Amino acid sequence: MRSVQAFCHGSAQPLLHNTHESQAATLMIGSIAALLILQLIGTIVIRLTGIPLPGPVVGMLLLCAFLLWRGATPDALAGTTRGLLTNLGLLFVPAGVGIITHLDAVADQWLALTLTLVASAVIAIVVTAFTLRLLMGRARHGARPSASGRGD
Amino acid sequence: MGRISQIWVYLAEQPLLWLTITVGLFWLAQQLYRASGDFPLLNPVLVSVAVLVGVLMATGTPYHAYFDGAQFISFLLGPATVALAVPLASQAVTLRRHWLSITIALSVGSITAIASALAIGWATGLQGEMLLSMLPKSVTTPIAMGISDQIGGLPSLTAVFVILTGIVGAAIGIPLLRGLGMRDAVAKGFALGVASHGIGTARAFEHSEEAGAFSGLAMGLNGALTAILVPLVVWLLGL
Repeated sequence: MRSVQAFCHGSAQPLLHNTHESQAATLMIGSIAALLILQLIGTIVIRLTGIPLPGPVVGMLLLCAFLLWRGATPDALAGTTRGLLTNLGLLFVPAGVGIITHLDAVADQWLALTLTLVASAVIAIVVTAFTLRLLMGRARHGARPSASGRGD
Repeated sequence: MGRISQIWVYLAEQPLLWLTITVGLFWLAQQLYRASGDFPLLNPVLVSVAVLVGVLMATGTPYHAYFDGAQFISFLLGPATVALAVPLASQAVTLRRHWLSITIALSVGSITAIASALAIGWATGLQGEMLLSMLPKSVTTPIAMGISDQIGGLPSLTAVFVILTGIVGAAIGIPLLRGLGMRDAVAKGFALGVASHGIGTARAFEHSEEAGAFSGLAMGLNGALTAILVPLVVWLLGL
């Protein structure tokens, strides 16, 4: 939108702006390629070693190790991943629609299933959150001088 | 009229139609969710799945025909999982300082999720494949389906339980913890990731980047731990 406006005003800006945009687009393809390559490497590692994990999880661990070693995340990669992760819910919709293939089985025992799914989720969430807070709270008290520097 | 049904027949066989409907519906569901002030029961994943199931049934479209188009969306789960490394690496300071607390909380949470599903499922009368398919429900779809297959459950049924658990956790997790006086974003995010994988993680990112990062970490770690624990539990109990 801004580049269209700049173009209409006939300034030297649009050329510069276009260069910028095409560079940003290239970088975005670069980060998508990086994510896919890591997923591919992860998948190959799994095939070779027989670790019972999906390839993308191994790819995640490899990328994390790389970013920690490098000390900073490239801006383009940060932008692309934020775009993917803020809309993560969409990616689960096609699998969720798969409920249609099990409607009969689910309808037969809907009450038991609902009770189990809801109660188990509630218990797991509450127990995990309070366990972590309890343990981290203790650790924070132990390391008081640096405790305030958490999550810069 | 004949013309329109011809177009429908043509489009219904193309990936484009169901891909477009899925993305468009999710966008509408997101707008609705925001307009409602993030009302939990209007969770965008829940609304999109419910409407799509209705549309498929009304048009008599089989799931495999739908999935031919929608699989392109599912495929992005791989790169998105790799992408979780970015927020995770940004929390390196907290990670290094609290690795022991995180490891213990992960183990406690993972065991709680499996044991509670087993106990409540058994008590409410779930049996056989139904109960086995329920056990890996807290971890991300590809891992859960692999576990289910290994222990004699039905992988496609497990996928359904995984999505439903994710929706439940995403819808009630944050309001529940807030109601219990929990203010720690790290603990909230971590709990959502352990109990309700990627859908919980999507919700945690709405809460804050910090919550999202720890949710993603919890989701990845719990996937690995559950892949070890569930087959072990099944073997120990002789299920």
